[in-house]
Amino acid sequence: MLKRRIIPCLDVKDGRVVKGINFINLVDAGDPVEQAKVYSDSGADEICFLDITASNENRDILLDTVQKTAEQCFVPLTVGGGVRSLQDIRNLLLAGADKVSINTAAINNPDLIKQAALQFGSQCIVVAIDAKKTSEDKWNVFTHGGRNQTELDALEFALLAQNNGAGEILLTSMDKDGTKSGYDINLTKTISNNLSIPVIASGGVGTLEHIRDGIVNGGASAVLAASIFHFGEFSIKQVKEYLKSQSVSVRI
Amino acid sequence: MIISIIDYGSGNIKSVSKAVEFAAQNLNKSIVVNVTSEPAAIRQSDKIILPGQGSFKQCAQHLKNISGMMDELHDFVIEKKKNIFGICVGMQLFADVGEEDGGSNGFGWIKGSVKKINILNKDLKLPHMGWNEVVIKQNTTLFDHMTMDKHFYFVHSYQFIAEDQKNVAASTFYQDEITVAVLKDNIFGTQFHPEKSQKNGIQILENFIKW
Repeated sequence: MLKRRIIPCLDVKDGRVVKGINFINLVDAGDPVEQAKVYSDSGADEICFLDITASNENRDILLDTVQKTAEQCFVPLTVGGGVRSLQDIRNLLLAGADKVSINTAAINNPDLIKQAALQFGSQCIVVAIDAKKTSEDKWNVFTHGGRNQTELDALEFALLAQNNGAGEILLTSMDKDGTKSGYDINLTKTISNNLSIPVIASGGVGTLEHIRDGIVNGGASAVLAASIFHFGEFSIKQVKEYLKSQSVSVRI
Repeated sequence: MIISIIDYGSGNIKSVSKAVEFAAQNLNKSIVVNVTSEPAAIRQSDKIILPGQGSFKQCAQHLKNISGMMDELHDFVIEKKKNIFGICVGMQLFADVGEEDGGSNGFGWIKGSVKKINILNKDLKLPHMGWNEVVIKQNTTLFDHMTMDKHFYFVHSYQFIAEDQKNVAASTFYQDEITVAVLKDNIFGTQFHPEKSQKNGIQILENFIKW
């Protein structure tokens, strides 16, 4: 049986791991290469780097970090943040990323997903959607790390991304991110139930129960979490043993 | 020993070469891991790894576009009967034909075709992405020393349908039984990614080096 994936996410800025509350107030939590190796060795099913410096500055630092990480981690590595062009995707894949996550650029230009999927294969194209609730059972897509609201409906955009060849959706609730109050289960369920590609739930994990809910009630194929792992609140092993005790199929 | 990894512009070759180097270190063997797109380099090699990501058709075309590549591969695998390890689409190419993108011919080394996984259960996603357990179907040293549960990392939407079940080396379950490794004499391939499958993956690469 296919296992639900547990993905620690390292928010990386200028080559260092940080994680903030609602994307502000960044706190340094270590070296990304070392952390990735610890996660990989301790049972993480994948590793995710989100470069939150994004934009243009210090891209080479990121490529160097990705390269060093890929040399030591024999699990899949997803990298996102500031990915704008086919060339950006290619550079990350060449540095050793297995998947590249596209956010703002995919929203500005949904054709980029199509071109990227054709050129590199759907398996390495993750579309990251930052969604915020605008009314009951309706979420809008936000860009630029949650700063800019778009008119796009999150579900409609997720379907478009799927049709354009995205291999996976990384779904972050902007309402929940950094709150430790649990994933937005309705959002996760709405997107996951309507898509045929895997959905990764993100934003809001504070407890083991939250992770279980994201999978069991949200229908997520994978769950992403950052601070609960970095600050040692829970280990990957604890999460997996808990999930197993709740009859969720995981790789131990 | 020289192990050549064929680079024909498909995906993340570096992960494969790093994983092979890591496996060689574990074995304390002095091995040259050579990433190459030169057909002539195949002749100097003791073993070959053929990775592959993206579509069957594109991979097949890219390989065939390298002048002399198919002849050298044929000579190495079919005439000289030296060991090859195909990974993901690299394994799929061993089949006669792949239906992806309107269809194209494979190498025809292992009788069979590559078809889209037909998922009827709406709770199951495609691609088949993530960690799944494999069931070993052939008695081979290539699967020695696996962990109890034999988890490997997969990401694919197409499956190898072998004409002859005796060429199926391992399978997994995703709605139905899916072939995830093929083995015929000196030709071995896996649908899963050993370079992304942690301990089990490195172990298979060690086994391939010793094979």
